[in-house]
Amino acid sequence: MTHNETDGTNAELPAELLVRMHELMVKGRVLEERLITMWRQGDGYFWIGGPGEEAFNVPLGMLVHKGQGVAYDYLHLHYRSSGTLLAMGADPVDSLRQMKNTARDPYSGGRNFVGHYSVRKWNVVPISSPIEVQFSMAPGTALAQKRHGGRGISIVQGGDAGTAEADFYAGLLWSSRKGAELPVLMIVTNNQWGISTAYDGQHPATTRIADMGKAFGMPTAVIDGNDPEVAYRELSKAMEYVRRERKPYLIEAMVSRLRGHSSATGAAFVKSETDCLALFEEKLAARGIITREGADAMRTSFTAELLEASKRVIAEPQPDSSTIWDHVYATKNLVGER
Amino acid sequence: MTTIAQAIRLALHVGEERHGVTDIFGEDVGAPLGGVFTCTQGLKTAWNSPLDERGIIGTAIGLALAGQKPVAEIQFSDYAYNTIDLLKLAGAMHWSSAGDWNCPLIVMTPTGAGIRGSLYHSHSFDATATHLPGWRVVIPSNPRDAYGLMLSAIREPNPVLFMVPKALMRYRGEEGEDIPGAPDQKTLDELINKPVTGDMSQWAARWPETPDLFIPFGEARTVREGRDVTVVTYSRHVVIAREACAELAREGVDVELIDLRSLAPYDWAAIAKSVKKTHRVVFVNEELDVTNFGEHLIRRVVSELFYELYAPPRLVAGAMVPGVGLSDNLERASVPQRDDLVRAIRETAKHQP
Ligand SMILES: Cc1ncc(C[n+]2csc(CCOP(=O)(O)OP(=O)(O)O)c2C)c(N)n1
Ligand SMILES: [Mg+2]
Repeated sequence: MTHNETDGTNAELPAELLVRMHELMVKGRVLEERLITMWRQGDGYFWIGGPGEEAFNVPLGMLVHKGQGVAYDYLHLHYRSSGTLLAMGADPVDSLRQMKNTARDPYSGGRNFVGHYSVRKWNVVPISSPIEVQFSMAPGTALAQKRHGGRGISIVQGGDAGTAEADFYAGLLWSSRKGAELPVLMIVTNNQWGISTAYDGQHPATTRIADMGKAFGMPTAVIDGNDPEVAYRELSKAMEYVRRERKPYLIEAMVSRLRGHSSATGAAFVKSETDCLALFEEKLAARGIITREGADAMRTSFTAELLEASKRVIAEPQPDSSTIWDHVYATKNLVGER
Repeated sequence: MTTIAQAIRLALHVGEERHGVTDIFGEDVGAPLGGVFTCTQGLKTAWNSPLDERGIIGTAIGLALAGQKPVAEIQFSDYAYNTIDLLKLAGAMHWSSAGDWNCPLIVMTPTGAGIRGSLYHSHSFDATATHLPGWRVVIPSNPRDAYGLMLSAIREPNPVLFMVPKALMRYRGEEGEDIPGAPDQKTLDELINKPVTGDMSQWAARWPETPDLFIPFGEARTVREGRDVTVVTYSRHVVIAREACAELAREGVDVELIDLRSLAPYDWAAIAKSVKKTHRVVFVNEELDVTNFGEHLIRRVVSELFYELYAPPRLVAGAMVPGVGLSDNLERASVPQRDDLVRAIRETAKHQP
């Protein structure tokens, strides 16, 4: 890494925060493992998610200014964002429901893949499968926020390969027009892969993705997204800038893809990738903040909890076929509610 | 008498003043030009965007989701094709979130041929537009409808595609097709048309009072009553069909002319009622004739009204070629002309039970 590299050694976050972060990372990991198992057992057609990105996504969720409407942060996320949603307070059981596409799936009513969240009360814009489209939408919510005043920002996140799409440039440009800069925090979670295509060979040799932000006059950072302390500190710094200056900022976070792209590529554990949770646990144990036994016990208990929950979810009814006709058209302006 | 371009401007002004329009934007939409067809001249929330159709639609979606009321323009519908997945997403927002979000944006775009616009200023978009579930799709043919449909679009909680026949931008309509209470032509031009010469940096529109007129979506308008053949059309072909009807009337063929005005939802009841009366129907539009919205309507007529028919239903539509060529001969051969309508209607009228 070359630019704005941060190694996290100067991070001094309070122990309670680290413990909370650790707990959420464990929950996120256990949730993804449960989802993969459900897929393996035929309780879901497809799995995609964020194992390996918890060290970045959990701090992101913890730092979100959560609420509904322009005074709060808008989130334009992608399909690896379970850690962020859990950190914001989402119920993991609802993810099981979306995995099993039950009628009670609150995010899509059994219509969409797992990890495709939608939570209007927290400004989580519906996650959609098309790569990168969220980058051309985020300037819109940010423009409304800039107009409103206050400290709400629009956070948009996608992968590294997706930055080749024109929408990434739309996001860069529309956030940074002279005199009309917008409070957008742009995030690229770089796992060095787009399904099976390696990062190398698809991007310029001499620059980082984050460097593209420089051409648009915004501050940028390349960070170690496998270290939650670094992520927390860098996100805090970037968010403070965007909230205060009402201008964009681009973060490229280096992360791991621990279970491959999705169930379509088998979802097996990839030993060669850095496991951010294992690293963090070692670090916290060495500092005496957690114990190995304590961490294992927590993991065992979440695992048991979600196993029990999945048994209940599997028994939930599927959506009735007649529901395909529900919600084709809205009958009132929900987003206009104050 | 108001032009369609002026009617849109007036509706957007009323939208800004009384119905919460926050952003009218797109390429050349703001000052100094106010749109390449002047539809957005003098409006206080109009602004120029980067030349990026995907950014325009994406930003409009974001604004809508954040509770604003955006009207985004795609300068020519020819250039809406590279935003198609974003349009699909906007139409899917409510459904994909199981009713959690809605996405109330308006996309306004000039469409169709008739101005000798060659390959990429002549495309139609209605076949694609009617393949976007979740969207309302409207296309007025006169100033009154342009005004009233735009005001309804502004109050609509769903995405609305507002297409404008570019050949009719300066069309003033027939009797009864003006905005109620609009000033006379000369006065209105003085009030809201930005003069094209002189220093106009200080120019501001002086807006006349115009009423809240909400024309509901899904209500067709019977332009002309008749007993022999029903013609169902929309956009600039309403004007062309009216001329065809007049010519056929002299031959003793009495045509009932329906202007759909809105394609999603569309007024099936009005079509069915008329077909049951005349027993003969011709659908007319200028889109490519393959996978054409008129084909859908023919399918419904055949499935639901088969035993009412005295003649095979017909479609008069555009030639399935890659573009509308510039030469007069080429454009005329590519999109339906008055004579094509006259011939098709005359042939249809000949069929007897
Ligand atoms: C517009 C579009 N093209 C192709 C795909 C298929 N697809 C899904 S994920 C993906 C790779 C994305 O890679 P990256 O942006 O690096 O994100 P990652 O999955 O690695 O987190 C592709 C090609 C898609 N969903 N959308
Ligand atoms: Mg990637």
